[in-house]
Amino acid sequence: MVKKLLRSYLFALSVVAVYVVLAFTHRAVFDTAVETAVSGTWEMLAIIPPIFVLLGLLDVWVPREVLTRYMGPGSGIRGGFIAFVLGSAAAGPLYGAFPVAAVLMSKGASFFNVLLLIGAWSTTKIPMLLFEFQALGAPFALTRLLLNIPAIIGIAWLIEAVVSRLEVERIYERSRLRTGATS
Amino acid sequence: MSAVVLYGLAGAALLLSAVKDKKKTRIALYKGWMAFNGILPQFIAVILLVGIMIALLRPEVLSRLIGSESGWLGVFLASGVGSITLIPGFIAFPTAALLLRGGAGITQIAAFVSSLMMVGVVTLSVEISYFGKRAAIVRNVVAYIFALVVAVIMGLVVPVW
Repeated sequence: MVKKLLRSYLFALSVVAVYVVLAFTHRAVFDTAVETAVSGTWEMLAIIPPIFVLLGLLDVWVPREVLTRYMGPGSGIRGGFIAFVLGSAAAGPLYGAFPVAAVLMSKGASFFNVLLLIGAWSTTKIPMLLFEFQALGAPFALTRLLLNIPAIIGIAWLIEAVVSRLEVERIYERSRLRTGATS
Repeated sequence: MSAVVLYGLAGAALLLSAVKDKKKTRIALYKGWMAFNGILPQFIAVILLVGIMIALLRPEVLSRLIGSESGWLGVFLASGVGSITLIPGFIAFPTAALLLRGGAGITQIAAFVSSLMMVGVVTLSVEISYFGKRAAIVRNVVAYIFALVVAVIMGLVVPVW
């Protein structure tokens, strides 16, 4: 139990070791790093816990058949559109998208639609777009948005083309294990 | 801001769920907690790693390195920094605006912003654990190439607007 816990935190602990070294050798770097890590922790706490609560609820309340109908293979343009909207309405960094993707996969969403969600989450998130408009101006933000939408579709299509059916199976299997899906 | 909306949404959904079915709600919370617990070690590592990276990269150094005259070298540098680091949007965009005013080029900043959002080197291990090696690596490589293409196009288009 303790051994398993220790192993999963091995990477985090080795980064902590770097912090300890920095505290003695490069005090200024250490201070800024701690400050950034603290604000990063706040950002994570602001976003991640409610996402996991919503995911748990989605898992329990939305039947597999319903999600498959709306986002599964054969859900067509509507399924893709839903994936795009879900991803764009999201908040928080890309790593928040992976657990969402896992639950959707375990509930029968198609691989292509999940890839669309990841793409949308990474670039067309509405809160981020508003920020970009404000900071960098409309020409910058709009040009990037217009280029990004076809690219998200293209990247999803490309990944689906190069990842074998068997591997997609494995990815789905892992998502089911991870979410403990009762289907 | 998005935190308030998210917590409100999650709270309302939780309340509704609890009113309808207490047992199901408990299972939902347990599932959410288990999923969170599984990914927490990696989240913590990422946050700590990003702290060190940001501490090493100061805006005034960056601004000099990715000026509008820096050409491809600047583009690669900007996209490299963008790919490796993970900077929250509310810091990244104001910083990008600051860099632009400090003399950074549009192409370089576009490369920085695009790679920042689409490519994640520090989160690659998390991504692989969900999507497998092949899909995760292909996504990041293609997204990186795309970030460069977007940067070049934006360097040509945005100044004309």
